[in-house]
Amino acid sequence: MFLDRNPQLNKNGELHHLLSIDGLPAAILLQILDTAQSFVGVTGREIKKVPLLRGKTIFNLFFEPSTRTRTTFEIAAKRLSADVINLAVNLSSHAKGESILDTVANLAAMQADMFVVRHGSSGAPHLIARHVGPDIHVINAGDGRHAHPTQALLDMFTIRHYKQDFTNLRVAIVGDILHSRVARSQIHALATLGVPEIRVVAPRTLLPTHVETLGVHVHHDMAKGLKDVDVVMMLRLQNERMQGAFLPSPQEYFKFYGLTADKLALAQTDAIVLHPGPMNRGVEIDSDVADGRQSVILPQVTFGIAIRMAVMSILMGN
Amino acid sequence: MIQLPDAERLVTALIDQMRPQVSSAAGLVGIRTGGVWIAERLHTALRCTVPPAALDVSFYRDDFDAEGLKHAVQSSHIPFEVEGRDLILVDDVLYTGRTIRAAMNELFDYGRPRSIRLAALIDRGGRELPIAAQFLGATLEVPARYSVDLEQENGRLRFALREKK
Repeated sequence: MFLDRNPQLNKNGELHHLLSIDGLPAAILLQILDTAQSFVGVTGREIKKVPLLRGKTIFNLFFEPSTRTRTTFEIAAKRLSADVINLAVNLSSHAKGESILDTVANLAAMQADMFVVRHGSSGAPHLIARHVGPDIHVINAGDGRHAHPTQALLDMFTIRHYKQDFTNLRVAIVGDILHSRVARSQIHALATLGVPEIRVVAPRTLLPTHVETLGVHVHHDMAKGLKDVDVVMMLRLQNERMQGAFLPSPQEYFKFYGLTADKLALAQTDAIVLHPGPMNRGVEIDSDVADGRQSVILPQVTFGIAIRMAVMSILMGN
Repeated sequence: MIQLPDAERLVTALIDQMRPQVSSAAGLVGIRTGGVWIAERLHTALRCTVPPAALDVSFYRDDFDAEGLKHAVQSSHIPFEVEGRDLILVDDVLYTGRTIRAAMNELFDYGRPRSIRLAALIDRGGRELPIAAQFLGATLEVPARYSVDLEQENGRLRFALREKK
């Protein structure tokens, strides 16, 4: 009988590509978090570089705009001593009509060792992973509405940093779940790491149908959704993906679903607030909360570098 | 049959060698895992003023391409200023010398030490780099098919011999 193994794993069950959190065992997620922990030490030093990936070439292949994710991948690669080349593909030959696979084949011919791929269409990194040679690794840096695994991993790292343990937490994911690849990856990661109560809080128009089949509790009311939670994971309202009547107005969205100090007061007093950025202040989050004592939004960015260093070095070593 | 020496006696021998030659301001740097245990013993016995450091050289190894990362990489922790200090690298078994090279490379990313010396419990031969220990418990010829590891049980150190897979 033919058993189709997870396309991210090699024949030894080790991570070869990172395309999605879905289907990865807890042991691999924890290996990434633990390795990232040791890279945090490196980024606090005088010389923030280790020679691990010296001589390797990493292409940042961004078919969709991004500042934070692309920059942190670039910093991560440089701190591992790799050579990194950034390609904003919408400005290059892709715009002249070249297909994704032709672009990738050409870059592979330039002795690429790794592709970090961001694409507006779900499944694009998977497509690339299926067509590259066996020595090339692919990291999904966000594809369509599908997955953003390194974002979810840095969120897990941040939660573990402040809360130590996953197995006694109530976590609420708030906002535009429908368009969010981040939310999907977060739900898979939280569930795999043993979080007993995962809530999603959103208006009906911003929830995918059958979202409860992922094992989450669905709330449409912030007061109930945030009650007693330990972690609030905010999502960006993705205006650019909205064509049609999802919402009456950003003002009305803020009134009901924007995270303000009085709504946050319903959560545990030591609850932490995460946001993947970029933030729409006054739409999904109030400035007082974004800059407040419970916000861990900037530490998330710092930890993101260590997580990406960990993923790159684990993949390249397998 | 290879007779393994008593690790505890080698630690005592090492302390006796080091006491007249190592100032209390020196920084002890144990290489994980065995070297850290030894560095802690030396630290107490030599009354060093700064706490011992622990080094995980995984990010500096030269066999990453062949071996990848070990599953349990731990952080390096150096609780003192490296710049300008006399350092003693501490390892359990000195073999090819590649671990020591990796450790020295890592130390230089923290600063420029005034000097680095090496203390090891056993020198098992088989060097592939021009590296020697200044303080040494014992020499022991061990065929390449065996690995020698330091273990700690109930606070006591001992060596274990294993056939490599």
